[in-house]
Amino acid sequence: MAFDNLFSEIVFWALAVVTIGSAALVVHLRSIFRAALMLVVSFLGIAGIFAMVNAEFLAVVQVLVYGGGIAVLVIFAVMMTRDVDTGNRSTAVQPVALMMGIALFGALAYSIVQAEWALLPDSLPGPIATVFVETPTQLGRLLLSDYVLAFEVAGVLLLAAVIGALSLVRERHDA
Amino acid sequence: MLERLLIISAILFCIGLYGVLSRRHIIAVIMSVEIMFNAVNVALVAFSRYTVPASLRFPGAGTDVERFVLEGQTLAVFVIVVAAAEVALGLALIIALARRRDTIHISDLSTLRR
Repeated sequence: MAFDNLFSEIVFWALAVVTIGSAALVVHLRSIFRAALMLVVSFLGIAGIFAMVNAEFLAVVQVLVYGGGIAVLVIFAVMMTRDVDTGNRSTAVQPVALMMGIALFGALAYSIVQAEWALLPDSLPGPIATVFVETPTQLGRLLLSDYVLAFEVAGVLLLAAVIGALSLVRERHDA
Repeated sequence: MLERLLIISAILFCIGLYGVLSRRHIIAVIMSVEIMFNAVNVALVAFSRYTVPASLRFPGAGTDVERFVLEGQTLAVFVIVVAAAEVALGLALIIALARRRDTIHISDLSTLRR
């Protein structure tokens, strides 16, 4: 999608501000429950950003997996632990962590601005333009041809994760 | 356009890094890790949309263009899968730990023994 008009610019910056602001609140709020809700807002903002850069399939997956599944999991875990209201305090290394975060951002921003990116031309050449017209079709084709081994391994990984999680939280009555 | 997406991704990643290092509640640490995963996904999608795929820069790469332009988005799909598995296992570990040790603060969990 070309950012040719003012409206899409405004939408993009609004999404960026919402995403970054709610992510900052996740690491700032004292209440762990409110932090979890802010995390959901941040995930949905990222889904909007995906939709604006020709990643429609990823936007839908983001809403389903992060906004749905992971959000429910995190909120369940918050409910099952204690110190929900004031537990999200910072540790003694907080000033060091802040400095490291700012330093890393400085280094990343410098290299992003300095790098010479091999950009695609503004008017996409024919074959590439057709790919971005229907990304879900192309992604499905890629996942079941070139990346089919990784696809199957990902399935095994999810199965192992589910079985592992179940055996970890099972109540033991033999103790 | 690529630069501003990468800057957004960098800001999110640094927020996540700060959260991982500075929070005391273990669920807050997991949430910060999720923010970092999402930052990486934003960068992958931006690269996929705005840069020339490396496989196309070499002469004789062939005309099979559509196989290469979505490499970034494909990788993002796998990042999402791994993140989902990581959250499921991590939260199960937290619940098991909270039952056994009756605490969810990082500094109380520096040893895994009973």
